[in-house]
Amino acid sequence: MKKYILDLVVSQNTRLHANYVLIKMTHANPLPEMVPGQFAEIRIDGSNTTFLRRPISINFVDKEANEVWFLVQLVGDGTRKLATVKEGDVVNVVLPLGNGYTLPQDLTSVKPLLVGGGVGTAPMLMLGSTLAKMGCKPTFLLGARSSKDLLQLDEFQKLGDVYMTTEDGSMGEKGYVTQHSVLNDQKFDVIYTCGPKPMMMAVAKYAKANDIECEVSLENTMACGVGACLCCVENTEEGHVCVCKDGPVFNIKKLLWQI
Amino acid sequence: MADLSVNIGNLKLSNPVMTASGTFGYGKEFEDFVDLEKIGGIIVKGTTLHRREGNPYPRMAETPMGMLNAVGLQNKGVDYFISEIYPQIKDIRTNMIVNVSGSAIEDYVQTAEKINALDAIPAIELNISCPNVKQGGMAFGVTAKGASEVVKAVREVYKKTLIVKLSPNVTDITEIARAVEGAGADSVSLINTLLGMAIDAEKRRPILSTITGGMSGAAVKPIALRMVWQVSKAVKIPVIGLGGIMNWKDAVEFLLAGASAIQIGTANFIDPAITVKVSEGINDYLDRHGFTSVKDIIGGLIV
Repeated sequence: MKKYILDLVVSQNTRLHANYVLIKMTHANPLPEMVPGQFAEIRIDGSNTTFLRRPISINFVDKEANEVWFLVQLVGDGTRKLATVKEGDVVNVVLPLGNGYTLPQDLTSVKPLLVGGGVGTAPMLMLGSTLAKMGCKPTFLLGARSSKDLLQLDEFQKLGDVYMTTEDGSMGEKGYVTQHSVLNDQKFDVIYTCGPKPMMMAVAKYAKANDIECEVSLENTMACGVGACLCCVENTEEGHVCVCKDGPVFNIKKLLWQI
Repeated sequence: MADLSVNIGNLKLSNPVMTASGTFGYGKEFEDFVDLEKIGGIIVKGTTLHRREGNPYPRMAETPMGMLNAVGLQNKGVDYFISEIYPQIKDIRTNMIVNVSGSAIEDYVQTAEKINALDAIPAIELNISCPNVKQGGMAFGVTAKGASEVVKAVREVYKKTLIVKLSPNVTDITEIARAVEGAGADSVSLINTLLGMAIDAEKRRPILSTITGGMSGAAVKPIALRMVWQVSKAVKIPVIGLGGIMNWKDAVEFLLAGASAIQIGTANFIDPAITVKVSEGINDYLDRHGFTSVKDIIGGLIV
């Protein structure tokens, strides 16, 4: 897919709890085609400790409003600075980058499970929406430390069934996503996941043990975002490959995870 | 519109802007963002005789106004380059230059010999300065004797323009530059990355898998500029300047310091279209100051 460098205009920046913002951006021209699981490299202006762009996954594309959404967790100086943008500000963005999730071929008989952890729920919104539009009702399993880290629940509930876990038990079942009862009660054909690596490894282990197709989205530290610098590599059956260009979405069969 | 063309040995560049090895892939990665043919020269990823997996992850750390990398020359080897990559890039109408690295003189020689046979590759850049490989290029690049030996050996088999990339991690870079000139290099490019280190205080661990890595980005520019200035006065062959160039103004500073051409590296990560903006900016500068050719400002520093 053709990649673009665009000066996007912030149309809305909403604080979601203390540590997250949802930034919606638009452009005078129609936004380029993007698929679920892809990401953008966002330039951070005005932070003297932030030199490189920040890779942020695409949360959702609202075609009618010509908006792309980014769900951002405030982690370091770069994301904290990004979180301060206001309506009307111009943000330089390179997108769309990487490969998205593999959408199922036979939609009528497929039951997908979308597992998101923390801010890793971000790409699950666009993926769930795409699946729903294709006539394939998604089931979401969202995990977080506590209820204040479970984001955009109203959006997810519009698209499919939503199950939740929190580590402190403040919402949904207490524990980790892989301990949720829905995994015993229902059978899924494909699992898509994004979140902290230990969570994705646990999900991958469950998928492998139950012989379910599973794709994960990696977030290795990145510089260029286009496969040029070879910094964000993951070890695979084909050797070191770039998460930015060959991923960020990988089928777990390709990875050398000890699961 | 000023004349932006410059020569590096027999190599003719339409403008003095090149891309630094390891920051621009094989060029194709950036074709959505820039017209590759408007770049004076594209130096592709470091190539070695045999396939190298490079260093383990993590390989990158962001630093104030810069970054560290420890890629370790990951590439699929020169034969793969010739059979798989070369057919894809040979028709790009600019100077496609291969950066050649190795861990023994014989490796450099064999790799250079193979690339000498490729019609669409008019030059190589010999990397004797990679800080990220054990017994790697840098072992040759840090002594005048080592640098001279490897360049002499490659010069015997390589008939086209031979650029040698120098390490800044030395006591006196002019000594190495003179040795390389004496061994038959057509040009020197400098600087490669500066050896650096980053630590995660909370975890009490190094950030890079290799502990140390090569530093690049805006923060290294003053050091690079100083070294380009010193080397351009020490040798007669053209100097290619690089290190922290983020915009046209930085590029002009390197030209004034004595560089005949410049390379853009880390800045490609921040603005993938920076190369063409820099050559346009150099042109505007020349017009504004009434120069008709970029050659008029090379080494034109008023002191």
